Amino acid sequence: MSAISLEQVTVRFPTHDGDVPVLHETSLSLTEQRIALVGPNGSGKSTLARLLNGLVTPTTGRVLVDGLDVARSGREVRRRVGFVFTDPAAQLVMPTAREDVALSLRRTHRDKVDRLAAADAVLADFGLAGFGDRSVHGLSGGERQLLALAGVLATAPSVLVADEPTTLLDLGNSRRIGDLLLALPQQLVLVTHDLELAARCDRALLVRNGRIEHDGAAEDVVSSYRATA
Amino acid sequence: MNADLLGIHRPGDTFLHRQRAGTKLLALMLASVVVVVASGPMSAVVFVIAAAALLVWSGARLGVTLRAMRGLLVMAAVLGAWTAWQSGWPRSVEVVGDLVALVLLATTLTVTTPVDEVMDAVVHGLRPFRRLGVDPESVGLAFSLMLRAIPSTLSLAAEARDAAVARGLERSPRARLTPLVIRVVARARETGDALHARGVGD
Repeated sequence: MSAISLEQVTVRFPTHDGDVPVLHETSLSLTEQRIALVGPNGSGKSTLARLLNGLVTPTTGRVLVDGLDVARSGREVRRRVGFVFTDPAAQLVMPTAREDVALSLRRTHRDKVDRLAAADAVLADFGLAGFGDRSVHGLSGGERQLLALAGVLATAPSVLVADEPTTLLDLGNSRRIGDLLLALPQQLVLVTHDLELAARCDRALLVRNGRIEHDGAAEDVVSSYRATA
Repeated sequence: MNADLLGIHRPGDTFLHRQRAGTKLLALMLASVVVVVASGPMSAVVFVIAAAALLVWSGARLGVTLRAMRGLLVMAAVLGAWTAWQSGWPRSVEVVGDLVALVLLATTLTVTTPVDEVMDAVVHGLRPFRRLGVDPESVGLAFSLMLRAIPSTLSLAAEARDAAVARGLERSPRARLTPLVIRVVARARETGDALHARGVGD
């Protein structure tokens, strides 16, 4: 299990009207296996999630993953922390499923034959055996999100951050991806509006107006959010 | 027909499939120079016929490819009409013919070569330039993304067109172009974020 901590982290985004704070002096330690971030749109959940992978850097304060400062050791942190986006279409950058997974494996598998074989093995692990030559745009929404997950988990990160990974999916695929995420051996930080899924995590944080409003057992936090939404 | 087909490798065992990616890239570069340097409408027509024959020989179905190129062909037709008006029909045939021939040749490369192999070839070919500060891995990745961007942009253009038609704005260039430009830029930023998050290029 990776140790993730935020120390007095503030994030401000520049606008035409000056800097706007989107996260205020947040300090946290994330040690549980499955952690959900819930809250209204624009509350700062995604910004908090993006801090963990270095996609956003703190304006002040520090984010540490296994003792590594994300702002200073981005490359090492990204090897530990995988990230899945809401829209897999933006994440899948190669024409076919096999090539996209192989792109993730270029760093660890220098030999092309090994790399493609490893990519096929990863696809099979995610129930996508036989999809190797398929165009990523020919896949269904659920298959695309599975492939995006496969591409990220191919490098075996110790933490997976998923930013609303089920938002664009139908009910069946949403359940399928949700079950898969919760069963992963990796530590999971899950941004979601699916409160049933959030309630199945070990811990949840309710983010509102850039602050952690409630932090505790997932079912308690979800109940609190339902009552105040 | 999905414009995405333009960038898709089609597995096969033709003569072109068996050639090394580096050889095909070099041949494409040389062929491109010849197509651009040779002048006159007749040479352009010959290049189009030769490129189409090469594509068919590679195992791709010409009709499917042409349907996938529909958007590009419309733009080529507009360009052809403009050039004919400005410089006459011979020049128009030459410009449009060269453009279509180059796209068909590039499609032949992508149909017969997995992107992974193209990346490897570019990285291998640029290795001697590392001492000049060139990062072969980054250039190889940029090359692959460029190949990927063509069908992706055509798909976004089709979505922008459909959205404009749905709102009854099919005659408004602004209703088609503005969302297209915004979405292409947004997609580029999202792709950058995704690559960054996956540690690609680190």
